[in-house]
Amino acid sequence: MDITTKNIQTPPPPPQPTVAERKRNARGATRPGDRVFLGLARGSGIFLLVIMAAIAVFLTWRAAVAISKDEGNFLTTFEWNTAGTEPVFGIAVLAYGTIISSIIAMVIAVPVAVAIALFLTHYAPRKLSGPIAYVIDLLAAVPSIVYGLWGALILVPHMDGLFGWLNDYFSWTGIFDWEGGAPRSMLTVGILLAIMILPIITNVSREVFKQVPQMHEEAALALGATRWEVIRMAVLPFGRSGVISASMLGLGRALGETMAVATVLSPDFLIHGSLLNPGGGTFAQNIASKFGEADEFGRDALIASGLVLFVITLLVNGAARAIIARRKEYSGANA
Amino acid sequence: MAKRIDVSGLSAYYGSFRAIEDISMTVEPRSVTAFIGPSGCGKSTFLRTLNRMHEVTPGGRVEGKVMLDDENLYGAGVDPVSVRREVGMVFQRPNPFPTMSVYDNVAAGLKLNGSYKKSQLDDIVEKSLKGANLWNEVKDRLNKPGSGLSGGQQQRLCIARAIAVEPKVLLMDEPCSALDPISTLAIEDLIGELKERFTIVIVTHNMQQAARVSDRTAFFNLAAVGQPGKLIEIDDTERIFSNPSVQATEDYISGRFG
Repeated sequence: MDITTKNIQTPPPPPQPTVAERKRNARGATRPGDRVFLGLARGSGIFLLVIMAAIAVFLTWRAAVAISKDEGNFLTTFEWNTAGTEPVFGIAVLAYGTIISSIIAMVIAVPVAVAIALFLTHYAPRKLSGPIAYVIDLLAAVPSIVYGLWGALILVPHMDGLFGWLNDYFSWTGIFDWEGGAPRSMLTVGILLAIMILPIITNVSREVFKQVPQMHEEAALALGATRWEVIRMAVLPFGRSGVISASMLGLGRALGETMAVATVLSPDFLIHGSLLNPGGGTFAQNIASKFGEADEFGRDALIASGLVLFVITLLVNGAARAIIARRKEYSGANA
Repeated sequence: MAKRIDVSGLSAYYGSFRAIEDISMTVEPRSVTAFIGPSGCGKSTFLRTLNRMHEVTPGGRVEGKVMLDDENLYGAGVDPVSVRREVGMVFQRPNPFPTMSVYDNVAAGLKLNGSYKKSQLDDIVEKSLKGANLWNEVKDRLNKPGSGLSGGQQQRLCIARAIAVEPKVLLMDEPCSALDPISTLAIEDLIGELKERFTIVIVTHNMQQAARVSDRTAFFNLAAVGQPGKLIEIDDTERIFSNPSVQATEDYISGRFG
């Protein structure tokens, strides 16, 4: 009796899956195909982060090396001299030029782009809006060097009239003073940038305005709104955050534009109060025109200026996100 | 304040397709008229011809006459925008402006029509919300987004928005079809109160609702899909639901049809 009981052993309980295993099962990561795909996807994600981190570390290190040897103040010096034993360089002129040219571009491009997008979605007959949208798509695909050449060969020679007029009537503002130099100035750069960023802002805005629900437009119509009032009451408020995002895409391009600016601008290292007199520079233009002839230290200095541009871009994007988030409950997304 | 609608020989088209054909009827002021009929019979299209919203649809056009008292809405030189300021509309799905607060939603139509002082606006907004039986529920959240309200509250907000501009006529296109029974009851009660001040036309798929809220009922039908919808008969609601003069109406309301 004793022996028999001893020999009969209860079979071991089937192994219970651990919490981690159960989680894995729930994600469907147990079959070979799933496991391979999960590995690939996760690996790609990690790879991207590693590359980003490597670039950031490399750039910051090189920039730090350059800035530590700068005899001037990196933020306020109006000079870029990296050769010799006592290098003096600063980003003041570049930051000013980059921001001013981008502001000019935005001031011109955003209203025009929104107007075009509204025309295409709410005024133009369908037969017309399709082809126009296609042409605008094409404009977005033109390489920037082509814009640069067009700007230098066509735009610059035709700016004299506008510059003279601005100087005659608006020189009292201080920013439209013209001493008669070649119009390779911040205003010309801004106008060219405006033309370049117009397609992207127009296209994104057009997509946003197309998404406005019919029922909101009908609500405004039924109250006795005219077409413009419908746009003001229903379309623009609904599309507001989308237009801001679109503008940020455009601004990103304007801040970083290199070849077109380098081709049109006649650079120097001074801050000019007038937008009409040639001179000034932008981060990207300065890097493009100096990088080829720079020695290793000179390149590090240019990298440092590129980092500043990167920080500016981050700040601008953060500000835009904050603006969009501030009125999220009114966004229409919860309607 | 409320006005009589007199429609004669009205047809409406989508492009070359005739959606409704040769409709004539009279809608008395300070009454509720219900439009019933199977889907596709053109009752919503007809409703939208009464404030010239039909023309907003691409290809939409209208023939015939709609008299609002002694003004032809389709007369030469009549601006559709001013027609819509006199003939308000409430839609099937509640559509408060999502980017506006409760207050701004109600004031939206007023801001189109002219300039009001803040105190005047406050008064009208309060009066309209009270008129829509919504005041007590939203008086503490006038500055919150209108889209945060429940479906039934949103629909009453839309009614408040429509009546704030003191229209002569209020058109309602299946105003309860997206609402639960309690919200529906609230809207039906409200319609009963609003008819003291406005001429009301309501499209509904719910025949009990037509019987409950309306004084007169119009039955629309179409011969076949692709054929234009027609007005079969219009009569006192009681008579339509007890002893209609056309057999098709009786078939429809008793469920033997459609």
